[in-house]
Amino acid sequence: MSKVRVLAGTRKGAFVLTSDGKREKWDVSGPHFAGWEIFHMKGSPVDPNRLYASQCSGWFGQVIQRSNDGGKTWEPVGNKFAYDGVPGTHQWYDGTPHPWEFKRVWHLEPSLTDPETVYAGVEDAAFFRSTDGGQNWQELSGLRGHGSGPKWQPGAGGMCLHTIILDPSDPQRIFIAISAAGAFRTDDAGKTWRPINQGLRSAQIPDPTAEVGHCVHHIAMHHSRPRVLFMQKHWDVMRSDDAGDSWKEVSGNLPTDFGFAIDVHAHEPETIYVVPIKSDGEHYPPDAKLRVYRSRTGGNEWEALTKGLPQQDCYVNVLRDAMAIDSLDKCGVYFGTTGGQVYASADAGDSWAPIVRDLPAVLSVEVQTLT
Amino acid sequence: MIRVILPPHLRTLAQVRGDLKLEVESPVTQRSVLDAIEARYPMLRGTIRDHVTQQRRPFLRFFACEEDLSHELPDAPLPDAVASGAEPFIVIGAIAGG
Repeated sequence: MSKVRVLAGTRKGAFVLTSDGKREKWDVSGPHFAGWEIFHMKGSPVDPNRLYASQCSGWFGQVIQRSNDGGKTWEPVGNKFAYDGVPGTHQWYDGTPHPWEFKRVWHLEPSLTDPETVYAGVEDAAFFRSTDGGQNWQELSGLRGHGSGPKWQPGAGGMCLHTIILDPSDPQRIFIAISAAGAFRTDDAGKTWRPINQGLRSAQIPDPTAEVGHCVHHIAMHHSRPRVLFMQKHWDVMRSDDAGDSWKEVSGNLPTDFGFAIDVHAHEPETIYVVPIKSDGEHYPPDAKLRVYRSRTGGNEWEALTKGLPQQDCYVNVLRDAMAIDSLDKCGVYFGTTGGQVYASADAGDSWAPIVRDLPAVLSVEVQTLT
Repeated sequence: MIRVILPPHLRTLAQVRGDLKLEVESPVTQRSVLDAIEARYPMLRGTIRDHVTQQRRPFLRFFACEEDLSHELPDAPLPDAVASGAEPFIVIGAIAGG
């Protein structure tokens, strides 16, 4: 019998939610690391009991936790994220040069092939790798050093590297995204990088089509088609059919194309999900109705999914890493809200029910399909 | 034997209850006490002072003998009562952030 394990990182701790393949009854474990912000947790694809968690605090800084038993027990591992060489500067809010300063780990991406290798996206934006299960971290500094780094400037949420996508067909290729710099790609396992933002248009920057400076919120890929990427930008939902070399807008009939989360159906690579949010000044759903939108055409044509979701008086947000999809048939779709709900759909989004309603604000959601 | 009182979150992280009791060579300073804490409890590295700069984390303070020693130089001797173990060296989280 298949099982699913949902990893929810919240503002005040980590929760592990488990169910059988029916995904109707859930066991809730937690809070782990009570009182700490858990920005992200993710399991190794090759050893699902190996989990990594980013635990942080305004008082005590960054801790990385590792589990070898699916989240029952944890051990702290290495938390030294030192920039390679002289850190240099990026732009500060007032346009002056500002030294790179490590603040926190936003995203942990375990290797597709080795449970001891894991990547970390951090604020101030940089890309790190550990090859010893998180004990030691080395910056892959070609990203910050590729040329545009000194021009990067933090957005309101900080200058964070929040998205890491490993290409399953090419171990040399990695995609990352940074707020508010944009998307970048390496084709040599992190040695060299280049911006992949052609086709993005952002009215909030002086040159709306600049090479860097776009506030990319999240990117998703289907493993069977690694050259096709879907992006939720600050405003605009975008797609690329050439591994990010060019982008076109696919917002179509969405009620608003602002949002954070985006993901792809497990078995239908042209079926994608977003959660429209009213605006950058009003981080809640339009018309106070929590609606997931699904496109079965790879964008442009969208349908609202509302069954089981609150359709009045709803003022929560869904953050960029707070949506995930399992690989059962039908695939399960999960998302967490800043109001502390984690919603699950066991029928690819047709209907929804809360797994839990009253967690602290949910920062991230990942799911593992266990056999 | 030096006594150190940690904030509850760091006691949980280090899996300790109550005060820490540490042997610290003389002269007893903030740096030597923190070095001893981190040597015994490596999971606390980076949580009290920055890994790279060795600066005290901004929202932590160091108290002892009813004095705020947070702005003392790291190699300045701590009070004799701390060095003798009569009084604890207290790492405390600032009231900040709600």
